[in-house]
Amino acid sequence: MGVEGIGASVVRKEDRRFITGKGRYVDDIKLVGMTHAHFIRSPHAHAKIKGIDSSEAMKMPGVIAVLTGQQIVDDKIGNLICGWAITSKDGSPMKMGAWPAMAPETVRFVGQAVAVVIAETKNQARDAAEAVVVNYEELPAVADVKAAIAPGAPQLHPEAPGNIIYDWQLGDEAAVKAAFAKAANVVSLDLTNNRLVPNAMEPRAAIADYDAAEEHFTLYTTSQNPHVARLVLSAFYNVAPEHKLRVIAPDVGGGFGSKIYIYPEEMVALWASKKVGRPVKWTGDRTESFLTDAHGRDHITHAEMAFDKDNKILGLRVKTHANFGAYMSLFSSAVPTYLYATLLSGQYVIPAIYAEVMAVYTNTTPVDAYRGAGRPEASYLLERMMETAARQLNVDPAELRKKNFITTFPYQTPVIMTYDAGDFNASIDAAMKAIDYAGFPARKAKAKSEGKLRGIGVSCYIEACGIAPSKAVGSLGAGVGLWESAEIRVNPVGTIEVLTGTHSHGQSHETTFCQLIAERLGVPISQVSIVHGDTDKVQFGMGTYGSRSIAVGGTAIVKAMEKIESKAKKIAAHALEASENDIVIENGEFKVTGTDKSIALPMVALAAYTAHNLPDGMEPGLKETAFYDPTNFTFPAGAYICEVEVDAATGKTSFVNFVAADDFGRLINPMVVEGQVHGGLAQGIGQALLEHAVYNENGQPVTASFMDYTMPRADDLPSFQVQHTTTLCPSNPLGVKGCGEAGAIGASAAVINAITDAIGNNKLEMPATPDRVWHAIHG
Amino acid sequence: MSTVKLTVNGKAVSAEVEDRTLLVHLLRDHLNLTGTHVGCDTSQCGACVVHIDGQAVKSCTVLAAQAAGSSVTTIEGIAKGDELHPMQAAFRDNHGLQCGFCTPGMIMSAIDIVHRHSGQLDEATVRHELEGNICRCTGYHNIVKAVLDAAGRMKVAQAAE
Amino acid sequence: MYETTYHRASSVDEAAALFAKGKEAKYLAGGQTLLPVMKQRLASPSDVIDLAKIKDMVGCSGTTSGIQIKAATTHYDVSQDATVRKAIPALCALASQIGDPAVRHRGTIGGSLANNDPAADYPAAVLALNATIKTNKRTIAADDFFQGLFSTALEDGEIITAVDFPVVDKAGYAKFPHPASRFALTGVFVARMPDGDVRVAATGASQNGVMRVGPIEAALKANWSASAIDSVTISADGLLNDIHGTADYRANLIKVMAQRAVQAAG
Repeated sequence: MGVEGIGASVVRKEDRRFITGKGRYVDDIKLVGMTHAHFIRSPHAHAKIKGIDSSEAMKMPGVIAVLTGQQIVDDKIGNLICGWAITSKDGSPMKMGAWPAMAPETVRFVGQAVAVVIAETKNQARDAAEAVVVNYEELPAVADVKAAIAPGAPQLHPEAPGNIIYDWQLGDEAAVKAAFAKAANVVSLDLTNNRLVPNAMEPRAAIADYDAAEEHFTLYTTSQNPHVARLVLSAFYNVAPEHKLRVIAPDVGGGFGSKIYIYPEEMVALWASKKVGRPVKWTGDRTESFLTDAHGRDHITHAEMAFDKDNKILGLRVKTHANFGAYMSLFSSAVPTYLYATLLSGQYVIPAIYAEVMAVYTNTTPVDAYRGAGRPEASYLLERMMETAARQLNVDPAELRKKNFITTFPYQTPVIMTYDAGDFNASIDAAMKAIDYAGFPARKAKAKSEGKLRGIGVSCYIEACGIAPSKAVGSLGAGVGLWESAEIRVNPVGTIEVLTGTHSHGQSHETTFCQLIAERLGVPISQVSIVHGDTDKVQFGMGTYGSRSIAVGGTAIVKAMEKIESKAKKIAAHALEASENDIVIENGEFKVTGTDKSIALPMVALAAYTAHNLPDGMEPGLKETAFYDPTNFTFPAGAYICEVEVDAATGKTSFVNFVAADDFGRLINPMVVEGQVHGGLAQGIGQALLEHAVYNENGQPVTASFMDYTMPRADDLPSFQVQHTTTLCPSNPLGVKGCGEAGAIGASAAVINAITDAIGNNKLEMPATPDRVWHAIHG
Repeated sequence: MSTVKLTVNGKAVSAEVEDRTLLVHLLRDHLNLTGTHVGCDTSQCGACVVHIDGQAVKSCTVLAAQAAGSSVTTIEGIAKGDELHPMQAAFRDNHGLQCGFCTPGMIMSAIDIVHRHSGQLDEATVRHELEGNICRCTGYHNIVKAVLDAAGRMKVAQAAE
Repeated sequence: MYETTYHRASSVDEAAALFAKGKEAKYLAGGQTLLPVMKQRLASPSDVIDLAKIKDMVGCSGTTSGIQIKAATTHYDVSQDATVRKAIPALCALASQIGDPAVRHRGTIGGSLANNDPAADYPAAVLALNATIKTNKRTIAADDFFQGLFSTALEDGEIITAVDFPVVDKAGYAKFPHPASRFALTGVFVARMPDGDVRVAATGASQNGVMRVGPIEAALKANWSASAIDSVTISADGLLNDIHGTADYRANLIKVMAQRAVQAAG
């Protein structure tokens, strides 16, 4: 490891602009002649639009246009799509209701856009929006998933009778039945995985700029995947052909999944820009984030686990109802299926697994992937199950886990995945040591003597990241491939630009990707730039989500570097009059092995571009592109243990300690990795203790602001003890696994296991608010 | 419309704005100081924190007109040329930021915290004092570290002056 | 926010005159409640009259019978004030728990009382301490001032200029913050007067805003100790009931916070 290479905790190159206020987010951008959009949104969870009267609004100062959903339909702008096809048990395809960018006839959730006002200023647009009269006929609404599938429930979409999108299964039902038949013990559990709102701190925003002369659009947007946005806007929504649409995602203030999707607002901004002939800007406010950003989680699950007389797991049976909200968001269908049920083996040998998942429409904001996406739900279920089982079987929870760990690899689970590497004992042992697990009973007894409730909770998670290979996901219904691209440009003076199809919105790519270059080519990171987030600059790429950027995007960079090296070696060999096979690269020098002859990379680059003395037949230049399609998922795994103290009088939980031991394979920048873990843990703890998107029975959101939706704050959280164990990922050359989602996947079960241990009552749902915990203690 | 005159980052400025204009919009839209961010609409997230006459305030909850005659400092005004403020440097060195959106407000609040506590800070105090600033990326772990680190640096810097 | 006209008053009289001229004027002190409400377009004053720069309305001082806090004094300044700290340290503690640091730099006692948010902190102190609210027209006893949610005895255009707090024997405040908003989910202020009378007020708990808690007052009058509250029963009738706290939970919090307030009072 060099000082800037792989394994070095290099401070971030991107920080200077952020800490000096020079970041460039979408809302910071102003275009000449820019107009402002304000959306008119439904106050009803379910209603027919009987008419829209914008005559008064059109007379108001600064108003340029009021555009409606019917106009979008008339202009043949396509409906929003869901990009992953799921097939039900009975072989029928999923039932998708139409989702126009603005509702022409029917609104199905509070906040759905029905019209947009374009005006000279933001205030004028909002003032005029209040003068637009929308005449609604309210319809009965349903927000609860079980109520939505009950007979007589309000129906959302004619395409989906009974509000059922799909009823899907995975695993071997007969094998599970047989396993349960011979069980010595069966443990059952009902739980809710609470609905969350991603709440990236930067609200979504878009600026659309139509150039009539060129018939060309530019869209600045808060996207995690600008190329995917361009593809979808072009191929499905008919906004513009790809070569006439440039999508730029500049600095983006967090995403956590919510900025993967192509939302109505971006589409409308593009369409409106052409209509009014001027740039159109829309910046959401936080209320709009709550109402329209895709929410996360929202499962209700019944599960049973069978054990033999030695407490070995025999089988697992899971039935989950997933609330999809009012429409199928872009990747919604994959989340409770291939990102959830495929992880139900966890870290354990479970010979037979059978999962059923029913996807259901309700009159709520659409639900899609949010940090972890399916895997937190699987992990929470399994780890609550293991804890519950340990208590029921009267064995130590850590021991029960160890007894059932998978210890040989590769390991084929009964639910598709082939785990390639791992050492689950190493992680739990590291975590147990760090928290002094053995000393806990004494600490609990001491706390009890002081009138305090102390508990400890374990959670051992595994996740699948870098979702791939494309052929496999295609066979499972994915509408896209999940490879990644990189282009490396070695400039004539030896500086380097790396163009990546991933997108950094907090993940530190501008630093860690440079470290890959520094490691291999010996170029200081100050002489390397990372270019991303602009479809006009960067070759097609798939973007950043699912902890894929280093495992897939980083490997694409490595593959491109291999090509650069290969060509550079030829040039060096030619210049040094040596055999290509004798050239080695050390600290940026191309050396003839066993001699003192060498040539530095900048001289090789210069030679490549002057082309005065290249090997015969070689093209000038030093620029290479690679498209990398992984051969398998990566499988980060780890153990989290937390110790809490509960105030019995108020039900408030405080942390005594929180320990994380993760196996992410090779770490490129440990400082950055730990930062990712901290953030993930905060979101997992947030889910466990604080966060909950609540609707009343009429589909009205109860928690649509930070006044009601509890965001984790500094004083809600402890400092974390983060450590690493390592098994290298065998399926990529870096040996990396991905670290972005682990904390959010593993933390919530550890917290609930600790609280239920402290209070001696296993019946406790997330979020474990003081009110709920107090009731669980006092009945 | 009113003419609002105030000092921003040491410079006298004047702007013609609607009376309903919030200070944050004066800064962002009229003065192009876009480092101050808007992350919520209920005065809670703290992405918009600036200093008015040396005190941390939420610029989304102050009318521009209320700030007339005052001296406002924003994230753009705390470094001395190329030399970062110790709090900025501490955020970078401790990886106290990821997406960077909450960072300007965090840094402005954090400087105020250190000033009010005369450098006598511990972890619990910092966590409590950050109540009005929400970060979704870092889990606060490295922000807390950065503030504690900067408290030491600011003490040293003050002693040197 | 709807368009409005901003005025900066330099005296109480000027402020009252400006108010009288406006069609639907509102006073603006720190703005930490009014501006968020205006941003949500839930209030649309024709004129806002800024009181914060009126010199006569800022500061804390000792009086013959206790202390006076002028209405436009910020929460931060109250929390740091030596006179207040010496006389009623619980008031400093309360002020230091309102909102967050940036809010405390702007928010004022007068603004908080005039708004009478059912989960605000100051009303509990003013009611429990039996303070007197001074306005530009009269003085109003705390027991007469608070009249339910967001409702006070203030008449249209009347300006709170100061609050007089009597000297007390003991006082304490304990707050259980609302997890999201950080207002009081339930906050209880306890005070023992020199004559042995005890007043206890709870905020955040009742559907009718700040309230006296008779059963706890009686228990503490008999025996000023946290344990004296153990046997008290608080009815959940009329208490707020929402996702962050059921009525019975809030009833429990009234007891627990009262006990902690007594402990804080010493």
